[in-house]
Amino acid sequence: MFDLKGYLPMILDGMVITIEVALLSLTIAVILGIAGASAKLSGSRIAYSISTLYTTLIRGIPDLVLMTLIFFGGQILINNLGDQFGWDYIDISPFIAGTATIGFIFGAYMTETFRGAILAIDRGQIEAAQAFGMSRLLLFVRITLPQMVRHALPGFGNNWMVLAKTTALVSVIGLHDMVYNANLAGGSTRQPFTFYLVVALLYLAITGISDLLLHWANRRFSIGIRQV
Amino acid sequence: MDFEVIINNLPLYLEGLWITLQLVVVSLVCGLFIAIPLGMLSAHRNYWIQFLPRLFIYCFRGTPLLVQMFLIYHGLGQFEAVRESLAWIILKEAYWCALIAFSLNTAAYTAEIIRGTIRQTPAGEIEVARSMGMSPLTQQRRIVLPSTFRRALPAYGNEVIFMLHGSALAGIITIVDLFGAAKIVNSRYFVPFESFITAGFFYLCVTFLIVGLFRLAENRWHAHLRPRQS
Repeated sequence: MFDLKGYLPMILDGMVITIEVALLSLTIAVILGIAGASAKLSGSRIAYSISTLYTTLIRGIPDLVLMTLIFFGGQILINNLGDQFGWDYIDISPFIAGTATIGFIFGAYMTETFRGAILAIDRGQIEAAQAFGMSRLLLFVRITLPQMVRHALPGFGNNWMVLAKTTALVSVIGLHDMVYNANLAGGSTRQPFTFYLVVALLYLAITGISDLLLHWANRRFSIGIRQV
Repeated sequence: MDFEVIINNLPLYLEGLWITLQLVVVSLVCGLFIAIPLGMLSAHRNYWIQFLPRLFIYCFRGTPLLVQMFLIYHGLGQFEAVRESLAWIILKEAYWCALIAFSLNTAAYTAEIIRGTIRQTPAGEIEVARSMGMSPLTQQRRIVLPSTFRRALPAYGNEVIFMLHGSALAGIITIVDLFGAAKIVNSRYFVPFESFITAGFFYLCVTFLIVGLFRLAENRWHAHLRPRQS
């Protein structure tokens, strides 16, 4: 049953794409998450409302719907804009649409995670830093960020696991990731089960390795915290 | 934006909504029935008893729902034994395949929620039950499970919303659910914004409904945790 008929390299090529999409969208998500969390905690009502609208909308709409909306709709939107500014025809590739959408979606989840993590920091430490005359940036780098990482790590890990699995959806908009290639290979060899099983095992490998790394990071960043 | 197309196709969306709700409710109910024994077994202290349930949970939580659905819908036809068996009547239908995949998937996630919550039962409660002479099964039935269901409520609410969002995948394998309806409207009239935003709006409404229902349930079942009203 595990005769892959020479299609293994193709699946592994797909896996590289999958990992690229995952890491790139994670980066976007973290940036959006920090921006969103800062907006929610900034005290400005407008920033708070925008950020809340963002997280509510994203958490209420399925990722697949958002992805197809951005892929098909973004194409029209960009080219309508392009007509006005006299740009050439711009093609939104599935890679860009997929990465942007996944990053955008998980930015909302990261916003909530980071907000909780910042709120978990002892208020007195921030006051102490202010009393020392630290600027806002220095306070963020020295006090908030290191402790935020510790508090955010479990939630961040969960988000990453869900994100890694969500990358499978990019096959729907035509990106040649693992799932897409497994579909092709399964179709031409008439062994779809075999190839989807291989893909499932590769996903298990990705999540399994991430689990180990996160466990290690969690231990490292929790040094100095008493575990009960 | 031209929403006239959408208004003309509203019946299609409503049929899609009905299919989506069917898929979500049926798979949640089936999933819960599988998840309760699975969660209890995986919370058991004995390594050999928890091994298989935890393997099931690990495999289904570690792989994308899309791949699980494809494995069942596209994959099982690979085996002649399956194609010639009676089960093929069910397994060749996209609708049933989606339902099976969703049920197993939500069963794994729910079982993990139950496992975690059972493990967090205060040790004192179980000690008291034991000192009252309750048998292990009576302990589970009277003490552990009722408090587990209460405490698992918020996490289960999230799982229900995830299931709603995951059900959109059914639209990929030819089922005309909400997402499937949006896909049809988009391909017929090429109105990507209007078609998918409408579907998104319906999903948003259902999500709010679920959030509201769970808030009501939490008010009811977590009444003892609320601060006292003066």
